[in-house]
Amino acid sequence: MIPELTGSDPAAMFIGKQADPGAVEGVREKLGLGDPILVQFWNFISGIFVGRDYTGGGSSFHCDAPCFGYSFRTEQEIWPVLTERLPVTLSLAAGACVLWVVVGVTTGIISALKRGTAIDRAAMTIALAGVSLPIYFTALLSLAVFRTQLGWFDAEYVDIAQDPLGWFSGLVLPWVTLAFLYAAMYARLTRATMLEVLGEDYIRTARAKGLSEPVVVGKHALRSTMTPILTILGMDLGALVGGAILTETAFSLPGLGQAAVKAIGDFDLPLILGVTLIAAAAVVLANLVVDILYSVIDPRVRLS
Amino acid sequence: MTDLTKTGAVGEPVRTGSPQPDAFLDVRDLKVHFPTDDGLVKSVDGLSFQLEKGKTLGIVGESGSGKSVTSLGIMGLHTVGQYGRRKAQISGEIWLDGKELLSADPDEVRKLRGREISMIFQDPLSALHPYYTIGHQIVEAYRIHNKVDKKAAKRRAIELLDRVGIPQPDKRFDGYPHEFSGGMRQRAMIAMALVNNPELLIADEPTTALDVTVQAQILDLIRDLQKEFGSAVIIITHDLGVVAELADDLLVMYGGRCIERGPAEKVFYEPQHPYTWGLLGSMPRIDRDQTERLIPVKGSPPSLINIPSGCAFHPRCPYADVPKGGITRTERPELKVLSGQESARHYSACHMAAEDRARIWAEEIAPKL
Repeated sequence: MIPELTGSDPAAMFIGKQADPGAVEGVREKLGLGDPILVQFWNFISGIFVGRDYTGGGSSFHCDAPCFGYSFRTEQEIWPVLTERLPVTLSLAAGACVLWVVVGVTTGIISALKRGTAIDRAAMTIALAGVSLPIYFTALLSLAVFRTQLGWFDAEYVDIAQDPLGWFSGLVLPWVTLAFLYAAMYARLTRATMLEVLGEDYIRTARAKGLSEPVVVGKHALRSTMTPILTILGMDLGALVGGAILTETAFSLPGLGQAAVKAIGDFDLPLILGVTLIAAAAVVLANLVVDILYSVIDPRVRLS
Repeated sequence: MTDLTKTGAVGEPVRTGSPQPDAFLDVRDLKVHFPTDDGLVKSVDGLSFQLEKGKTLGIVGESGSGKSVTSLGIMGLHTVGQYGRRKAQISGEIWLDGKELLSADPDEVRKLRGREISMIFQDPLSALHPYYTIGHQIVEAYRIHNKVDKKAAKRRAIELLDRVGIPQPDKRFDGYPHEFSGGMRQRAMIAMALVNNPELLIADEPTTALDVTVQAQILDLIRDLQKEFGSAVIIITHDLGVVAELADDLLVMYGGRCIERGPAEKVFYEPQHPYTWGLLGSMPRIDRDQTERLIPVKGSPPSLINIPSGCAFHPRCPYADVPKGGITRTERPELKVLSGQESARHYSACHMAAEDRARIWAEEIAPKL
């Protein structure tokens, strides 16, 4: 559908600039670009499950299931590209997530308990900076300071299976940079939620029972505070798996986000399609997991 | 606090000098003030009362009269919800069973909470944690103060649930608050409050959030349990009907102070303060002629930041203009024991002469009630 809307001709792009019309026609047949949109859609979907044969223009090849299409730009199947890049993005998202949840939630709780004090103000000022500063700025700043000036963490990304330590040191700066933004958001959210929860009647009841303050805050209040945080966490993680585009670009991480940027620049439609599909699947999956976790946390959500 | 020549809000000399309390619960000159941006909110401003074990005290007043803050002060929970900001200021003395609570170590007071002093709150739905089962919450309350295993605690919780009249207590033990009806929730709340056999039970508007049909059941339950457990009970309410049958003593609060206090039947049948008259007049009664209207107390409760000088009630008092023998409006009336009734312990804080009050009550108020 996109080629028609944008007026571009994928077959022509596949061939190159000076192509004779016959060859373009052959490619068009091979990629099935002449078929009606519904047929193309069906071919794409069925390709995911049973693989797909591209024939036409005098040659043919087979794309194994799961076939997410074939890039006429790089002459590669899409699925291997995705599977190669997904672990990078997952590493980035998972590590940063652990970091920001721990830092953000802890900061938020402390800020709430120390409301109005210097600690609270300092934490919220830093959080405001974290939310406001664009990630390409903080990314470049951390690169300039740690990698260029101090010479730390200058490793490139390597797979965790090959070299766990190299994997770790290659990801430290991206993790911290990405986590700074999210930790700031989570600190603000946690603080606001915690303050609201601490004003609830059942927290007063918990105190009236004679529970100590750490139990009141750490058990009764935290349990309720986690609900909105979990919701946002699901959405954020889902979105991040689709590619932390700015972070990956700034740190040259070969992840999905970087692939997406490149694909868009190249007008590599099958790759755009593949990344989008992964991103969408991740969002759906994350929300499903959150909904299931909801019923574990909040008994009122449980189905009878 | 050390000024022994002053008289306390109750009209008896402030006995802060005496080291020993006069009763099981002896509250002396209690003040709870909250600093805010607009000024000092004097929620409780010099309140004294005593309560013996096995007796029930009803504290009555409008919203904002300081009733709930009084109970939170006794629990040591007046700073609840105040984090890192200007904290509530509390002064006076609270003697419970020979211990003074305000000067005690906060951790000591915490250990008393839930064991010696328990509290029932107004709205059981919001006062119970929505994410934990009823059983869990009762077991938790029991195990803070008793070193027992979970099984024993569960037995105790089920025993209490049964005692407060919850059917199938072993099944309901695993239920969540939202699965209970309003009345059942309040019963569960009472079970939780009683699980450690507290010596003092404070019920803060225990029936306000409940259906009228359930209210009477809950009040009956509280009365029965008090007989059984022998606790001292404070019932806080804005509804005189709630405490009519339950309370031994009544304390009427207005603007953070006590304006009338005495045995319940005295306060009901021979009320002395115009504000108490107003409360009685605004209470619907089944035995009243239906063609007569309720008589509301005119005006609105006083600002607790700028409490009216003198008698806090004087701007709303219909009898403010009755001559009072040269006493000016800026003079604060003290709680005075009614002449010749020392044994009856009936106090009221009004400048009007006893004869005037008796005349107004007999001629103007009583016939309309």
